[in-house]
Amino acid sequence: MQEDKSVDRRGFLKVVGGASAVAGAAAATQPGTAAAQTPMQHNMPAAAAGAASDRLSGWAFFNPDEAAFVKAALDTLIPADATGPGAVEAGCATYIDRQLAGAYGRGARLYLQGPFAQGAPQQGYQLPLTPAEHIRIGIADVNAYARKTKQKLFQDLAPADRAAIMTEVDTGKAELANVAAGGWFNMFLALTMEGYFGDPMYGGNKDKAVWKMIGFPGVPGMYSEVIEQYRNKPYPHTPKSIQDFA
Amino acid sequence: MATRLNPVDVLLVGYGWTGGIIAKELASTGLKILALERGGPRDTNPDFLEPAKDDELRFALRHELMQDVSKETLTFRNNRAQTALPMRQLGSFLPGNGVGGAGVHWNGVTWRFNPWDHSARSQTVAKYGEKIIPEGMFLQDWGVTYDELEPYYDKFEKTCGISGKAGNLNGAKIAGGNVFEGPRKNEYPNPPLKQTHGGALFEKAAKELGYNPFPTPSANASRVYTNPDGVTFGECHYCGFCERFGCEVNAKASPHFTVMPIAAKNPNFELRTHANVMRVLLDSTGKKATGVVYVDARGREFEQPADLVVLSAYALGNVALMLWSGIGKPYDPVTNAGVVGRSYAYQASSGATVFFDEKTWLNSFMGAGSLGVNIDDFNAGNYDFEKMGFIGGGGIGSSTSGARPIQFRPVPPGTPRWGADWKKATVKHYLHTGNVSNQGSNMAHRANYLDLDPTYRDIYGRPLMRMTMDFLDNEQKQMRSLNQKCAEIGRAMGGAIVEPRTNPIPYSIVPYQSTHNTGGAVMGADPRVSALNKYCQVWDVPNVFVTGACVFPQNAGKNPTGPVGALAYWIADALKEKYLKKPGALVPV
Ligand SMILES: Cc1cc2nc3c(=O)[nH]c(=O)nc-3n(C[C@H](O)[C@H](O)[C@H](O)COP(=O)(O)OP(=O)(O)OC[C@H]3O[C@@H](n4cnc5c(N)ncnc54)[C@H](O)[C@@H]3O)c2cc1C
Ligand code: SF4
Repeated sequence: MQEDKSVDRRGFLKVVGGASAVAGAAAATQPGTAAAQTPMQHNMPAAAAGAASDRLSGWAFFNPDEAAFVKAALDTLIPADATGPGAVEAGCATYIDRQLAGAYGRGARLYLQGPFAQGAPQQGYQLPLTPAEHIRIGIADVNAYARKTKQKLFQDLAPADRAAIMTEVDTGKAELANVAAGGWFNMFLALTMEGYFGDPMYGGNKDKAVWKMIGFPGVPGMYSEVIEQYRNKPYPHTPKSIQDFA
Repeated sequence: MATRLNPVDVLLVGYGWTGGIIAKELASTGLKILALERGGPRDTNPDFLEPAKDDELRFALRHELMQDVSKETLTFRNNRAQTALPMRQLGSFLPGNGVGGAGVHWNGVTWRFNPWDHSARSQTVAKYGEKIIPEGMFLQDWGVTYDELEPYYDKFEKTCGISGKAGNLNGAKIAGGNVFEGPRKNEYPNPPLKQTHGGALFEKAAKELGYNPFPTPSANASRVYTNPDGVTFGECHYCGFCERFGCEVNAKASPHFTVMPIAAKNPNFELRTHANVMRVLLDSTGKKATGVVYVDARGREFEQPADLVVLSAYALGNVALMLWSGIGKPYDPVTNAGVVGRSYAYQASSGATVFFDEKTWLNSFMGAGSLGVNIDDFNAGNYDFEKMGFIGGGGIGSSTSGARPIQFRPVPPGTPRWGADWKKATVKHYLHTGNVSNQGSNMAHRANYLDLDPTYRDIYGRPLMRMTMDFLDNEQKQMRSLNQKCAEIGRAMGGAIVEPRTNPIPYSIVPYQSTHNTGGAVMGADPRVSALNKYCQVWDVPNVFVTGACVFPQNAGKNPTGPVGALAYWIADALKEKYLKKPGALVPV
């Protein structure tokens, strides 16, 4: 994440943003001309340098700033340590990116008809937002909050400051501009846990490292011959995932 | 305009457990039977094959086999002072969708309700007098007794190949079975499932405390089994992907491979999938159903005439259809008159999480949907209501239904939700945590009911059903008292940390609790307080019968599908032996 120096990146985005507008106009008359693409190609390698694994997977939903935020947030929620992998190395950023780009993120199985009202907590999710919109707005909100309280973007803060902000968001103490802090945090944490503990097929739990850490043997479970034998004993196994059978 | 189709004799709305049983049972009548199912077709192969079926994200969290609430949902509030808002995501309960209904992804805990449950009012009043019933509580008899239903329970247990142990054979009590159950004519068709370490600890602790533990009756087959219809079940693998998942080996009884293939052999039977029934049509008298209107996958509307309509669209769907169609008088909580939507109830559950030390290996990832051990000592009429201070009680047990890691990550109280300490605690407790749960009953009350929402609509333009529901005083006392019993057992099991819990109070639509929605169209002997007579025939519209747990006058401390299945056989018998011979009201009003 060190390479994502926010000032550089923001400067870069200004250039590219401007260029894109020009490129867009040019493309309308001259699709695919070299002139339209030059600024992008020129800046690309420098911006992406050092982020090899991310470049391999790519972002289907997040813009680079959001991706940097998400990785910093994941590193705060589940840091790498002696106990086991961190959420970043487990691939949770890719997991969340894919979920938000896909059906879940776009509001599948979510009733989104109005009128809308806040309601009581026991009435559940009542936002006029898809999960993708909710997460995106919340990322901007938390970053604005970090700037206001700590004068930096969230991803540029030291780990202790990030943890302090996440705690304020978690407990609802942080006043965010658009979304309710606690509700946003719950959704982000749930996505993090899904990626971390889910089947590697979805992009998280890379190499089944999390299943190895907790001792979950994965799939398929065929225990009729062993369930009695391993009562009150550790069960030796090597985890398998759906992906392993693909 | 709806296209009018050729009439049928019997029309089933919804094709899950109850629709499947009735379609099969009526095959011998030679009548033309049509089942309309809103979801798609499904089969074990190719839909439930390993390893794809063991996809926790897809099936348990994204609810692929369940109702799509972006299309059809309900609104919810705790009480009449609140404004009901839509259940925008699935949460507290997970209604099924597609052939087999929720029967393809249930756990398979298959009870007979206790004799008290079926005659709750008369038995309570006989023992304690009227005065024990709190203001506003509707304690009602079913209009059918346990003894009348016994042969039908037996039939459903055999269809499902239930693994269990009898506790009362023809009146003789048998230790190791449920000594509180009503007398049964036959032993369960299969022996109990294998026991886990958690189950063994529970059994020992419960015995030491003077209770009467027994294996949970389970529709996960403990051995290869062929049912009386000739359907063969595989032996359960204890795969741990059972609740919310299909079963690859047909060890978990489901209508899609038991009753439905037999129903389908009948040349006079037809199933139409992707056929969503909008409403039942009544004639000008309002006392006779003439058929239904349904919408197909292309959005086309059809009028399907029928002589007899059976609502088998799950408890909530059945009540909604009655409200949309004007069948029976809707309940009015202000005047306390009307019957449709009245007596909605749920499951008021609590329990304790039991954290063991790291030398105690529970390995809960090996499990089956209904693998567990129970006691019935504090359930139904088996304890002193006056002493405990509540009516109904709950079934207490320890289950091992799997430990799928996105959802099963127990950590002791005081552990943070994230960060390094959270991770350490998660790893420490994953293989070493058990549970003692109280599946609490829920008595029906004037304050809890279903009606139509004035504001919100589904994608077809129908008003959403509105649920007004909270856990009231009787249920709160029950949950808080029985979780102490659970904690006591948890400590006797050797738990190092025992954390009591209850379902959220006030009741919340958000966390999953159970798909045991009951009431709203209850059966009984008095048309002023029941929508249906003892044969589950609508008092006001005798050519409409209703299945499912919506017919329960109150909910027991037990899962509903045992009696739901038994009643489906009971209704089929009433149709064959009584109604079809002489159509009309089976019980005079
Ligand atoms: C995760 C889970 C676990 C469970 N575990 C247990 C358990 O261990 N023990 C137990 O006793 N019970 C359990 N249940 C409950 C059990 O599944 C139900 O009691 C049972 O399936 C009810 O049978 P039914 O015929 O009433 O409804 P279902 O089997 O759900 O069938 C209803 C069908 O009607 C269809 N339908 C609805 N509306 C319409 C319409 N308007 N037009 C056309 N079709 C329609 C639906 O799509 C569905 O296919 C569980 C449920 C779930 C979801
Ligand atoms: S636990 Fe048994 S019954 Fe349940 S899905 Fe697995 S094999 Fe089938």
